[in-house]
Amino acid sequence: MTNATAAIEARGLGKRYGRRWALADCTLSIPAGQVVGLVGPNGAGKTTLISLATGMLAPTTGTVEVLGGAPASGPDQLARVGYVAQDTPTYAGLSVADHLRLGARLNPRWDAALARDRIGQLGLDLKQKAGKLSGGQRAQLALTLALAKQPELLILDEPIASLDPRARREFLQVLMNAVAEQELSVVISSHQVADLERVSDYLIVLVDSRVRVDGTVENLLATHHLLTGPRREAGSLPASLQVITESHTGRQSTFLVRSSEPIVDPAWTAEEVSLEDLVLAYLGHAAGSQNQMLEVN
Amino acid sequence: MIWLAWRQFRTQAITAAVALAVVAIVAAATGPGIASAYTSSGLPGCHTSCATDASNFFVGLNRLDLLLYFGSFLLMYLAPALMGIFWGAPLIAREVETGTHRIAWNQTVTRTRWILVKLALVGLAAVATAGLLSLIVTWWANPISHAALSSGGQVSGFVPRLDPPVFDARGVAPLGYAAFAFALGVTAGVLLRRTLPAMAVTLVAFAVIQVLVPNLVRPHLLPPTHVTEPLNFQHRPIGANVNAATGQLAGLQLAGPVAKPGAWVLSDVIVTPSGAKLPNVTITPSGAELTVPPKACTFGAAGPGPTGPHDCRSVLAAMHLRQSVTWQPASRFWPLQYIETGIYLVLAAGLGWVCAAQLGRRRTA
Repeated sequence: MTNATAAIEARGLGKRYGRRWALADCTLSIPAGQVVGLVGPNGAGKTTLISLATGMLAPTTGTVEVLGGAPASGPDQLARVGYVAQDTPTYAGLSVADHLRLGARLNPRWDAALARDRIGQLGLDLKQKAGKLSGGQRAQLALTLALAKQPELLILDEPIASLDPRARREFLQVLMNAVAEQELSVVISSHQVADLERVSDYLIVLVDSRVRVDGTVENLLATHHLLTGPRREAGSLPASLQVITESHTGRQSTFLVRSSEPIVDPAWTAEEVSLEDLVLAYLGHAAGSQNQMLEVN
Repeated sequence: MIWLAWRQFRTQAITAAVALAVVAIVAAATGPGIASAYTSSGLPGCHTSCATDASNFFVGLNRLDLLLYFGSFLLMYLAPALMGIFWGAPLIAREVETGTHRIAWNQTVTRTRWILVKLALVGLAAVATAGLLSLIVTWWANPISHAALSSGGQVSGFVPRLDPPVFDARGVAPLGYAAFAFALGVTAGVLLRRTLPAMAVTLVAFAVIQVLVPNLVRPHLLPPTHVTEPLNFQHRPIGANVNAATGQLAGLQLAGPVAKPGAWVLSDVIVTPSGAKLPNVTITPSGAELTVPPKACTFGAAGPGPTGPHDCRSVLAAMHLRQSVTWQPASRFWPLQYIETGIYLVLAAGLGWVCAAQLGRRRTA
C-alpha cells in the first residue's frame, strides 16, 4: 500500500495572516495510496494546510510538495490532483450539464462516461442550475467534477461538514466506491472523527499545526488500550506503556495507554478503545470540553 | 477555458448585443432625417461665413433629435463606465466571493491562463461594444458635427469635435476608455476581492480620471499652438453696454478674436504690455467682453451707437493690449484621438498584467 512519493509532504510549513499564524512550522508526511483522514479541531490548520497543498495559498515559510511536485505549478501537476473545497462551491448560474462540460473542456484526462454515470446514479437533473441544488447534491456535483478529472490524489476539505446525516452517508458511500474503482489516494479532512472513522485507512490528528498522532487505523486501534485497575501513579507503569490520559478516583486509576505489546498484567482490566475516544484523548482535554471543541463551526 | 469564459459571459454579451441593436435601430430611424436636413440647409456647398446656414440647420432640428444628440454623450460616457462596473469588477471578485475560483483553479488550467483568457475575451468584447457604439454615434451625428464646425462654435451646446465633451464621444477614443475601464474594474476586484466595493471604486476612479485627462493631460499630448498678437480695434466692431437708468458705461464688447475654425481653444486672454492678464474679461467664440470698462473710456455726447465709442477706441488703443491664444488646431483631432487611445490601451494592458501577476503571486484562498 505504500508509495515511494508521499501524497503531501510538508516541511516547516507556515502561513501567516498579518500577525496571526494560521499554520506554523508544520512538518508532516501524508502517505499516498490510501485514504487518509486529517482530523483536528477548528483552527488546527487543516484548511490552511490543504489550501497550501492545492496551491490556493502560497506559504509564508517552509515547503510543501504534493505527489513530489510543487502545488499547482503547471497543467501536469493540476491534472494529478482533484480538490473538493470547503462548502463544495459550484457555479450557481451554471447547470449540472454545464459543470460537466466545464470539466470536459478544462481537463484533458476527463472521463465523460464516468461523470455522466455518476450524475445519473445520483438522479440529478442535467438542466438544473447548480444554485438550486440541495447542499448534498452540490457536494456530489463537486465530487463528480473532481473524480471525473481522474486525479491521482483527491483532496477533500471538510466536504460533509454542512450536510445532514443522510447526505453525509451518501457522499461517503460515493467516495468509497470511487476509491475502490479508481485507485485513488485520498486526503479528507474533518473536525469530526466519526465522519472519517468508516472511510479512513490512515489517520492524522492535527492540533495547533502539529501532528499529535498518526498511523493506520488498524494499528492505532491495536496499540491503544484503556486500562482500569487499583489506584497508582502514571510514573509507576512499565516503560513500554505510553500514557496518553489518566484519571483517578479514590481507589481506582484509569489510563489510556499506547503499547506495541499486548497487556498481560492481570492487575489491569484492558479494554479496546474506539477511534473516537482515542482521538479525543489525543486532543488532550476532558470529555466535556472535547465535545465543545469538536462541534460544528 | 475559452468555453468557460464565454459561458460565464454569455448573458452579459447578449445584453450588450441587444442594447447595441436598440441604439442602431434608433440611429437608423432618425439619422437619415438629420442628414437630409443638413443637405437642404445649404451647408454642404458653403465654404465661408456659414454661421447663418448652420444656425438655420440647428433651429430646424426637432426635439427628439436634440434629445438623442445630447443623450448620445451620456451613452458614450456611461458605456465604458458600465462595462468597467458590471463586466470588469465582478470578473474575478465574484469568483473569489462565491468560492468558485477554487473550482476554476483546480482544473487542468493554470490560473495565469485562466485570467488571461477571461481578460482577453471580455476585454475584447468591451472594446468591440464601445467601437460599435462610437461608429453608430459618430455616423449619426456626422451632419451635426459638420454644422458645429461651420457655425464656429457660436451655437451654444454644439461645439466642434475637438472640444472635450465631443472628443470623448467620437472616433476611437471610446475604445481606449472601454478597455481601460474594464481593466480598472478587474484590478479593483482582484485587489479588493469583493464585488460591490470594487464596483464603487471603479466608478469613482474612472469618473475622476475621465475628468482629469481632458483637463490636465490631453492639452499637452501634442504641443499646442500659441499666438500673442496686438489687439487692434481700428477695423473691428466694438459694442457697449450702457446702464439704462444711469447712462453709465457698464461694459464693452470687442468682436472678432483670432479665427480658428474647429480649434480647441485652451486659453484665450487679453494681456497688458507687462504680460499681466487683463481682469474682468470674458472671452466668447464671438469676441471678448470687458465687464468693467477701462477708466476714462467714454462714449461722448452721441451715446452708444455706430459712431459712439470712438473715445473708448482710442483709450483701448493707448493701452496696447494684446490677445494671447493657445489652442489645438482642428487638424489635430485624429492624432490626439490615436495618442489618447494608445495611452488608455497601454494602461489597460498594464492593469491586466497587474491582475495576472497578483493572482500568480499573492494567491488567494
